[in-house]
Amino acid sequence: MIRDITIGQYYPSNSIIHKLDPRVKLMGAFVYVLSLFIFRGIAGFAAVTIGLAVLIWFSKVPFRYMVKGLKAIVVILAITAIFNLFLTPGKPLVSFWKFRITQEGLKSAAFMMVRLTYLILGSSVLTLTTTPNHLTDGMEKSLRPLNKIGIPVHEVSMIMSIALRFIPILVEETDKIMKAQLARGADFESGNLIKRAKSMVPLLVPLFISAFRRANDLAMAMEARCYNGGEGRTKMKPLKYARRDAAAYSFIAVYFIGIIMLRVWVQI
Amino acid sequence: MNIIEARKLVHEYFRRDEEGNVEGIVTALDGVDLHVKPGEFVAILGHNGSGKSTLAKHLNVLLRGSEGTLWIDGKDAMDEKSLWEIRRNAGMVFQNPDNQIIASVVEEDVAFGPENIGVPTDEIWKRVEKSLKSVRMLQYRGHSPNKLSGGQKQRVAIAGVMAMEPKCIVLDEPTAMLDPNGRKEVLDAVEALNREKGVTVIFITHYMEEVIRADKVYVMDHGKVVMQGTPRQVFSQVDVLKSYRLDVPQITLLAYELQKAGLDVPEGILTREELVEALCRLY
Repeated sequence: MIRDITIGQYYPSNSIIHKLDPRVKLMGAFVYVLSLFIFRGIAGFAAVTIGLAVLIWFSKVPFRYMVKGLKAIVVILAITAIFNLFLTPGKPLVSFWKFRITQEGLKSAAFMMVRLTYLILGSSVLTLTTTPNHLTDGMEKSLRPLNKIGIPVHEVSMIMSIALRFIPILVEETDKIMKAQLARGADFESGNLIKRAKSMVPLLVPLFISAFRRANDLAMAMEARCYNGGEGRTKMKPLKYARRDAAAYSFIAVYFIGIIMLRVWVQI
Repeated sequence: MNIIEARKLVHEYFRRDEEGNVEGIVTALDGVDLHVKPGEFVAILGHNGSGKSTLAKHLNVLLRGSEGTLWIDGKDAMDEKSLWEIRRNAGMVFQNPDNQIIASVVEEDVAFGPENIGVPTDEIWKRVEKSLKSVRMLQYRGHSPNKLSGGQKQRVAIAGVMAMEPKCIVLDEPTAMLDPNGRKEVLDAVEALNREKGVTVIFITHYMEEVIRADKVYVMDHGKVVMQGTPRQVFSQVDVLKSYRLDVPQITLLAYELQKAGLDVPEGILTREELVEALCRLY
């Protein structure tokens, strides 16, 4: 039951987006998110939509697969829409009982929905086309300047990649402990929410103990293999920019400037 | 010159109560002498709690002794400065295969050690290929370690150590969590490394069958080395071994029982072939 959880669901393919350097993709995702909050009006909306469509088309990930990710945020979308719809002051369109829907409310609800949907779609392109390892590598490399102000960038990305490696192991272990407890008559399924939460305790305690034990073992194994922090470390697969990465960077720049110009000069 | 030279090595664990006061002292190693020549295959046997794992951790300087001396490849293990050099020259493989694989792709895990010691990128690729080949895991280089069997994972761990090109490799009960097939795979891989690459091997275990091909066997009990010698010398003393709660290999035990029953079978028989030959000679 637990095994179905997938995190960072990479979609293997051979597209140009897949092949891009993770640093470019991170930068692209950042600019894209910024642009979502910059754009205004129909023209900006059209520009962002075209940008997203081109991105998805190039990534070769089936659109249907991508939309699946939206299911998780339907509730958030609905709540945001309702709030925007009813709570924005302005010229009333419809009013009943205590509620009224304003023209401005309708507009901002629509744009908010679009923003959130595009946010999820756009950022899922990043995780769908980049393996977790590549992603942490890219993060380590592009955030390296933060090292100077005392943020342990290498350590954080090492922690992330180890966490990713241990997710399946710990999931398997949870499954095992669960079965062991079930065999001894534990009941995880029945009762109300509080009762069910309480029945998780005999599951979590052994899981935590074993996780700590594993962490201890792993730290020792890493030390035995001369791990000594990021200093003086080389890489088996160093990140290297190719020509397509330069092209992608210029696309990102053009897109960003375009969005800003639309915001400043076009008033639709 | 011996590659590992331990004299009167002592290690004490302090047991503390909740306030951190010392409640008692457990002597895990009690004056251990160990002499290993380059290229030797040395097995260390012992029951649980005999101190064999503590000794293994000393050889990689994950622990330091409280008394005595330990020299590894001409470096003093008590000296802080030689720490990384010793770790580089004395690789270590642990018991649990899951808890020592760091990366989520086999070849990247093998590269972890060389990356840490700053080997250039093209050289890393060569080393990864070579060491995966030497444990016959090259065809799995792109796989996720989670999909491998225990024996395969353990061989990846060995490859990870080999990629650092150590002079000696310490294996701390590498077979304890494996099934018989996995155990054989790992043992074969270790023997091949010893024979073909001349790597010194320190093999720690409590399975007797695994050490009959070793050059030298040390038996530990309560932190002391209580027996040492060739497998034949050690296994001929069945009664002594039993007093240390160790079993002898089945064939040796059978020969011993036959001898006790009055048959003229020589002492210290290790393999089935030897026993067959000895029995044939009787009639």
